[in-house]
Amino acid sequence: MPLLTIRNLTVTFDTASGPFKAVDSFDLNVDKGEILGIVGESGSGKSVAMLALMGLLPPTATVTADELAFEDHDLRTMSGRERRRLIGAEMSMIFQEPMSSLNPCFTVGFQIKETLRIHLGLDRKARQKRAIELLESVGLPEPERRLSAFPHQLSGGMSQRVMIAMATACHPKLLIADEPTTALDVTIQAQILDLLVDLQRDRGMAMVLITHDMGVVAETAHRVVVQYAGQQVERQPVETLFDEPHHPYTAALLSAIPERATGDRLPTIPGVVPGQGDRPDGCLFNPRCSRADDRCRTIEPPHQSDALGQALCHYPLNTEEAA
Amino acid sequence: MLRFILSRIGVLVPTFVGVAIVAFAFIRLLPGDPIILMSGERGISEERYAQLQAMLGYDRPLPVQFWDYLTGLLQGDFGNSIVTNRPVLEEFMTLFPATIELSLVAITLAVLIGIPAGILAAIKRGSWFDQVTMGAALTGYSMPIFWWGLLLIIFFSGYLQWTPVSGRMSLMFYFDQPTGFMLIDSLLSGQEGAFKSAVSHLILPGVVLATIPLAVIARQTRSAMLEVLGEDYVRTARAKGLSAFRVVSVHALRNALIPVVTTIGLQIGVLMAGAILTETIFSWPGIGKWMVDSVYRRDYPVVQGGLILIALVVMIVNLIVDVLYGLINPRVRTR
Repeated sequence: MPLLTIRNLTVTFDTASGPFKAVDSFDLNVDKGEILGIVGESGSGKSVAMLALMGLLPPTATVTADELAFEDHDLRTMSGRERRRLIGAEMSMIFQEPMSSLNPCFTVGFQIKETLRIHLGLDRKARQKRAIELLESVGLPEPERRLSAFPHQLSGGMSQRVMIAMATACHPKLLIADEPTTALDVTIQAQILDLLVDLQRDRGMAMVLITHDMGVVAETAHRVVVQYAGQQVERQPVETLFDEPHHPYTAALLSAIPERATGDRLPTIPGVVPGQGDRPDGCLFNPRCSRADDRCRTIEPPHQSDALGQALCHYPLNTEEAA
Repeated sequence: MLRFILSRIGVLVPTFVGVAIVAFAFIRLLPGDPIILMSGERGISEERYAQLQAMLGYDRPLPVQFWDYLTGLLQGDFGNSIVTNRPVLEEFMTLFPATIELSLVAITLAVLIGIPAGILAAIKRGSWFDQVTMGAALTGYSMPIFWWGLLLIIFFSGYLQWTPVSGRMSLMFYFDQPTGFMLIDSLLSGQEGAFKSAVSHLILPGVVLATIPLAVIARQTRSAMLEVLGEDYVRTARAKGLSAFRVVSVHALRNALIPVVTTIGLQIGVLMAGAILTETIFSWPGIGKWMVDSVYRRDYPVVQGGLILIALVVMIVNLIVDVLYGLINPRVRTR
C-alpha cells in the first residue's frame, strides 16, 4: 500500500475572470521511503497540487479528487481538526523562500518548540532538549544560541535548515520539499540537498521534491513525475527517464540541461506555459512542440501505457526501447 | 535601547524650539489685542494702554520678547496667564488630568473595538461584516466631530435622557480630587453614585473623541492583516497544523500590529486636536476648552504655553510608541 495516493486531483481557482484550473487530473503515488521528483517549469501546477494536499490553499480554491489518501486516512472526508493533527506531524512541507517562511517576530526556538508542543505535547524541558537536537541534526552550529535568534539574524541557508528542523520535528512519514534550494546560493544548494537526502535515508521518510532543476532530480530522486500546465505529462523511474523520455516536453527539458547540451547555443523551449485565457485546443503543449500536427491541435491526447511512462501524448517518443 | 531613547530625545530639542517659534508667532498673527479685550466695552485710555503694555512687556521688539520667552521656557517658566495671573504650567497641570482621562477612554475604546473589528473584517474579507464595518469606518472618519457630538447629545441626552449633556460630574456630588482623574477620585470619595455619574459623563465625549481614531485603527488593522495573511510565514504556521485561531492571533497579528502601533501613536496627535473640539462641545474642563477660551481672550502666555505643552505630550507619546515598536518588532532592535 502506497503512503500517499492522489487520483484525479483538480484544483480550480475562482478568479475575477472566471474559474481557472491550476491543476488538472493530477495522479501521484508515493511509496514509503522513496524520493519522488516533480519537475516542470513555473506555472505547471507542481506547488499548487502539493499545497492542496496539505490543505494550505486559500478559500478561493476548489479541490476535488477521486482519491486523496495518506496511509489509511481519506483526506477528503477528514475534519479540519483531524487533518491539522496530520499536517506538520505526519506529513510536513518546506518552501521555496526560507527567509520569508519564518515568522520575523518570533525566535527560532519559539517556532520550533511550537510544533513540538502542539503535536507531541512535550513539556518545557523536553521541548528545549528536542529543539537543540533538531538544530544539531540539520547541521546548525551552536544550536543553543540559535534558539534565541530571530529569523533576520540568519542567512538563507540557515533559515532553510531551521525550516527543515521544524518540518522534521515530529518524524514525519512524508516531507514535501517545494523547490527548497531555488532561492539559495549555488554552494548552499548542494548542502541543503545533501542534508535532505541524508535525513530522508536516516529516518526512512518519503520525500516529494518539487523542482524545475533536472540536475537536482538526477542526483536525488528515485522516480520522476513531469508536470506541464497543470497536467501530469509523464512519469518514470529516474534511471530510464534521462535516456528514454517519452513525452516531447520531457525531451525538451532534458535537452535544455547545460551539461547535456550539444552545439553552441543552449536549446530552449519557445513560448511560455499557457495561462488562463490562452489554453489551446487539443494537447496543451502543442503550440510549443516541434512535432505537433493537426491531431495534436484538435484532440486531447490520452495517457499512454506504464511502459511509455503514461506519456500524455499522441506520438510518444522512444517507443522501440520501451516495447 | 538606552542609546536609541537618548537619540530620540536629542531629536526632540530642535522640534521643541520649532514649536515654540510657531506658537509664539501664531497667537500674535491673530488680529485682536489682549489689552483692548481685557479692558472691555468701556475702552481704555492711551496712557493706561501704554502702561499695561510696558507692564506685560509687549512694547519691546518681538525678537527680544521671543528670546525672553524662550530662555524662560528652557528654565521651565511658561509665564503667567495675563487673565488669571496664575502660572500657565500650574493651570495646565490642574486641567490636564481631565484631558488625559478623556483621551485614555477614547483611545482605549478605539483600540479595543478597532483592532478586533479590523481583524474580523480582514479574515472575512468581502463579507457583509467587512463591508458594513469599513463603510462605518469611512463614515466615522469623514464626519465632522462637532456635528457628530451634537447629534449624540440630541439623541442620547436630549431625547433618551440617558446621559448628561456636559461636564465631568453631577452637581450633586462634591469631593476632593487628589488625582484629578474623576473615575479614580469618585471611587476614593466613597460617595454612592459618584462613580456612576463620572462614567455616564465620560461616555458621550469618549465616543465622540474615539470616532476618528477608531475608524483609522480599524482600517489600518484590516489592511495590515490582509497583507500579513498573504505572507509565507503564515502559510508556514498553517503547515505546522496550528488552528486557524492561533495562526491569526499569534502569527499574523503580531506582524500586523507593527504598522497599527505606529498609527495609534500618530492618532495621539489627532486625539489632542479632537479633544479641543470635543471638550468645547461637552464643556469638558480640560486643556482643550482652556485653550479655546484663551484664544478668545488673546491670553498670549496661555496659548503659547498650552500649544508647546500639548506638542511636548505628543512628542513624548510618540517616543514611547517608538520604544514599544522596538519591543514588538525585533528587526528594529539593536543586534
